[in-house]
Amino acid sequence: MSLNTLFLIILLLSIASYVYARRRAFVNAFGQTDNKRRHSLPAHYGYLLAMWCALPALALLISWKLIEPGIISNMLSSSAPTEVKAAGETAVGLYNNEIFYLADADSISQDLPAHKTAAIQRLQSLRTASKILLTLILSGVIGLSLLLGLRHVNREPRARVIVESFIQVFLVVCASIAILTTIGIVLSVLFESLRFFQQVGFIDFITGTSWSPQTAIRSDQVGSSGSFGAIPLFTGTLLISAIALIVAVPLGLMSAIYLAEYASSRARSTIKPLLEILAGIPTVVYGFFAALTVAPAMRSFGQSIGLSVSSESALAAGVVMGIMIIPFVSSLSDDVITAVPQSMRDASFGLGATQSETIRKVVFPAALPGIVSSVLLAASRAIGETMIVVMAAGLAAKLTANPLEAVTTVTVQIVTLLTGDQEFDSAKTLAAFALGLMLFVTTLLLNVIALYTVRRYREQYE
Amino acid sequence: MSTSTTLNDIIPGSPAIQESTKVDDVTAMLDSIEGTVGTTRVENPKMEMREVDVFYADKQAIYDVDLDVARNEVIAMIGPSGCGKSTFLRCLNRMNDTIPICRVTGSITLDGVDINTREQDPVLLRARVGMVFQKPNPFAKSIFDNVAYGPRIHGLAANRAELDEIVISSLKRAGLYDEVKSRLDAPGTSLSGGQQQRLCIARTIAVNPEVILMDEPCSALDPIATARIEELIDELRENYAIAIVTHSMQQAARVSQRTAYFHLGKLVEVGKTNDIFTNPQHDLTENYITGRFG
Amino acid sequence: MSSTTEIVQASLARRYKAESRFRLYGIVAISISLSFLAFLLISITYKSIPAFYETQVQLTVNLDAEKLGVGASPDIKAIKTANYSGVIKGALREQFPDVKKRKAKKELYSLVSVGAQYQLRDFILEDPSVIGTEQTIWLIADDELNGLVTAVSDVTDIGDTPTRLSEQQRGWINTLQQQDQVKTGFNYTFFSAGDSREPELAGIKAALIGSAWVLLVTFLVSFPVAVAAAIYLEEFAPTNRWTDVIEVNINNLAAVPSIVFGLLGLAVFINFFALPRSAPLIGGIVLSLMTLPTIIISSRAALKAVPPSIREAAQGLGASKVQVVFHHVLPLAMPGILTGTIIGLAQALGETAPLLMIGMVAFIVDIPQSIVDPATALPVQVFLWSDSPERAFVAKTSAAIVVLLGFLVVMNAVAVFLRKRFERRW
Repeated sequence: MSLNTLFLIILLLSIASYVYARRRAFVNAFGQTDNKRRHSLPAHYGYLLAMWCALPALALLISWKLIEPGIISNMLSSSAPTEVKAAGETAVGLYNNEIFYLADADSISQDLPAHKTAAIQRLQSLRTASKILLTLILSGVIGLSLLLGLRHVNREPRARVIVESFIQVFLVVCASIAILTTIGIVLSVLFESLRFFQQVGFIDFITGTSWSPQTAIRSDQVGSSGSFGAIPLFTGTLLISAIALIVAVPLGLMSAIYLAEYASSRARSTIKPLLEILAGIPTVVYGFFAALTVAPAMRSFGQSIGLSVSSESALAAGVVMGIMIIPFVSSLSDDVITAVPQSMRDASFGLGATQSETIRKVVFPAALPGIVSSVLLAASRAIGETMIVVMAAGLAAKLTANPLEAVTTVTVQIVTLLTGDQEFDSAKTLAAFALGLMLFVTTLLLNVIALYTVRRYREQYE
Repeated sequence: MSTSTTLNDIIPGSPAIQESTKVDDVTAMLDSIEGTVGTTRVENPKMEMREVDVFYADKQAIYDVDLDVARNEVIAMIGPSGCGKSTFLRCLNRMNDTIPICRVTGSITLDGVDINTREQDPVLLRARVGMVFQKPNPFAKSIFDNVAYGPRIHGLAANRAELDEIVISSLKRAGLYDEVKSRLDAPGTSLSGGQQQRLCIARTIAVNPEVILMDEPCSALDPIATARIEELIDELRENYAIAIVTHSMQQAARVSQRTAYFHLGKLVEVGKTNDIFTNPQHDLTENYITGRFG
Repeated sequence: MSSTTEIVQASLARRYKAESRFRLYGIVAISISLSFLAFLLISITYKSIPAFYETQVQLTVNLDAEKLGVGASPDIKAIKTANYSGVIKGALREQFPDVKKRKAKKELYSLVSVGAQYQLRDFILEDPSVIGTEQTIWLIADDELNGLVTAVSDVTDIGDTPTRLSEQQRGWINTLQQQDQVKTGFNYTFFSAGDSREPELAGIKAALIGSAWVLLVTFLVSFPVAVAAAIYLEEFAPTNRWTDVIEVNINNLAAVPSIVFGLLGLAVFINFFALPRSAPLIGGIVLSLMTLPTIIISSRAALKAVPPSIREAAQGLGASKVQVVFHHVLPLAMPGILTGTIIGLAQALGETAPLLMIGMVAFIVDIPQSIVDPATALPVQVFLWSDSPERAFVAKTSAAIVVLLGFLVVMNAVAVFLRKRFERRW
């Protein structure tokens, strides 16, 4: 039976269990003598039985589907031709991929070597076997759990307590997914990075000034040529982020100050959402705009005043990114400026300060920690931004501080290294994870500092 | 006309009259007021207020008040919560300008010049008429920078030495110098409440104003700190005209020479402090002073 | 007058100048930001216009069985593989009989899209009896032709409008136009086709459906999980270390770069669990991990806004804590939760980078039928097209962006409407 059918059957059985147990509870079937003094509602008995029915089955189904592809692929590898096996793990993986692809294709029109046809047949029979096995085991599990469930429901007067504590467990598990995600990120990035650092030294990676992963692949000398020096990527990322911040911080901060201190509440309620649209536009749109409109415009402007501007200049990507992160600066700054107590402004006005003097000399210093953290968050956003730089910045790693030249960034390299059909174990793909690790650690540090500062700041005025 | 409900709306959370049974009574008494009992005017006044009305949007908060502030004198403004005494005080240096919906009519003069005309500048006015607020509100700066703030923005000191001089003498006059001289770089917020309020007074006198307005300056302080501030107010009277709003009758009696009693936005009675407390003319004043409502 | 008065008075003019200057900075900052926004939107909308038009050319085709290379009563398979391009080329030669040179002929043929043969094929498949007759039908024109006729009214006098069409080609177009053999209408292909290498045949339907699958998975995963997490943190969580760790985690996840989530998806789901690449299932899971913090944070705010009095009232009647939450608090908080969810989904709809990591960048012609079919998403389609050299793809990209932004506007409008309509003040 197909996956959908199995799901549907489990669903229907659960509903049936619910209805059955609930009805039996209504007619006092579970050792209840007095209908009015029942501990739990009939529905609770229904839920209890439905849980018994659905949960083990779903758990089995999901874990089966998660494990199945790996096992099938392993069994397929074991029967791969010896010459493929001899060529190493990578070759076996490729061979498997091809078989999978061929098996999924509608028609096998090409003249395939016999061993491939055999492999395809083997794959298909493995899949069928897996399906039958799953259906059988699943029927057994559902039958058993229904039996146990019925016994339980018959003996348990306090169904509500059990259903509710299960719900609570479910809630805790859901809340912990945030932690699981973080752990997942750390583990996946760290694990692959460690494998990368076995091939390329950590120090070489972090201090090397030459980045050309392509050569390493071609000469088949993984990691030995020292072409995985990430310094040009770091400087490129910093250069573009710095340009973005130079654009975003003054614009965002002055917008926030104007909105918080000068604008009428009507103007504020119009302008603020408009500014926030800037953060809502997908970054791929900014990337397209930067590559198609801003970069050529800068190039031709540069030409007209005798400057050579690269068509993938850091400036174009940085400026557009800066515009994108304006709302990140302005929104949080606006919040923290509004949080400065009115009494401080009164004190300043009472001494005869003008409004701008009050803002610059009283409000701004008081809000400074919050403003700094808004800038840190914006910086973290700029460093991790991907699509704008993928589309508008360069690919070649160059160690330069000239904003008119093309530089590449960490995120651009991650995308370049991982799109296309790379083998998972090559230093080239693993390098992407090492870069990802750097990115994650940097942005995490920035975020933690920013969130901590802003928390302290809020406490100060609450 | 139901004045009491109007005022309740204006200043939310502060009931004008706490015992509701008396509302009708009081309203009747208020309606009977024609002008103010006592002499509102003085010889050679520092500030004169004539027919001052204040509105929040279209609700009236102050009704037709006449009052003078004399030189080298402390005038206390008392009255039940929400009676408009703070609003009135804020008219004197146009602090009400910072509230967009607030509108002030009538004439208020400083040394005979109307302060509400276009030519009169609120910045200059506030430099001449300083203000101390209910809650101590030091800036998020050092003690020194707090006091130096006014002189700096107005450019009162030609150089660092002059600025030091101004700051130190202001702190001395506010009676704070000895307590903080060793830590002028510490943040102003690190001081105790009473010290903070004296810091705010020092900050105000550093600009060398002519009038100082104080809006319940001791309401957030303990009795000992209050006593220090009251002593200070008495000393400051030598050089400044001082208008102080207070909810404490004892404080008014201790620090002021004249007292004005406000009720529901009207100036009910004004006179020498001694007279007001020993021999109030108006029933409302008497009720308030004898503690029948507060 | 005291010296303070004099000094302050002397400084006033300067200080007020500084005041208005400072104010001006604020206005300038806002104006720059907003005019950039306006410029971006207007320029992209303007560029997208040609993509919403489709130009067709009317040709009289001779559907001779011999020319088609099929027998007199061909079966379906023969019809499917017939020589349509030859027939179309013949029709063009007939239209312009004086075109003789090889190069000129090639230029002539390029006026009609390579997709025209499929149009012709479908035409015959619908009614095979037309074989052997002569038919006058509208065929889809090349993208350059479409771009030019939508840009200028007179193709012989185009000024400096960029085009790859030669003067000769424009002459032919002019002739066709004068004989009313060129028509321009709304581009339905754009909304009904998948991707294609030919701009005039490329459409966003596959990407739209892909995005819909991704969003469906995102919603199904993130909504229950986020609401459950929010309920736990707001209603049940004790104040202990674990709760603190969860909260800090959620706040941090909200600021982790999206591409890192892509790496997670690649390493865990594709590499470790060997789930299919390019599938909306993985895309949806990755995006839901990414949107979880947004939805959790707004759901918590919505739950917090429900006054404690309601909880007390329900508990006072003997409801258990779970019943209080699910019967009373959750329904009251639902509008706020939905608002947050829609905003989170809008974020997910615009996200590109993580989808690149898990291989949803494939060239997808077929409409994905399920959450495990290879698919691409609308923003990824934008990314793919933006790389294409043909000028017409600029318009296609812009048009895809306009559609994408349209969906985002609608989603946000629904969120705003929900908030306004069901906002409750206690």
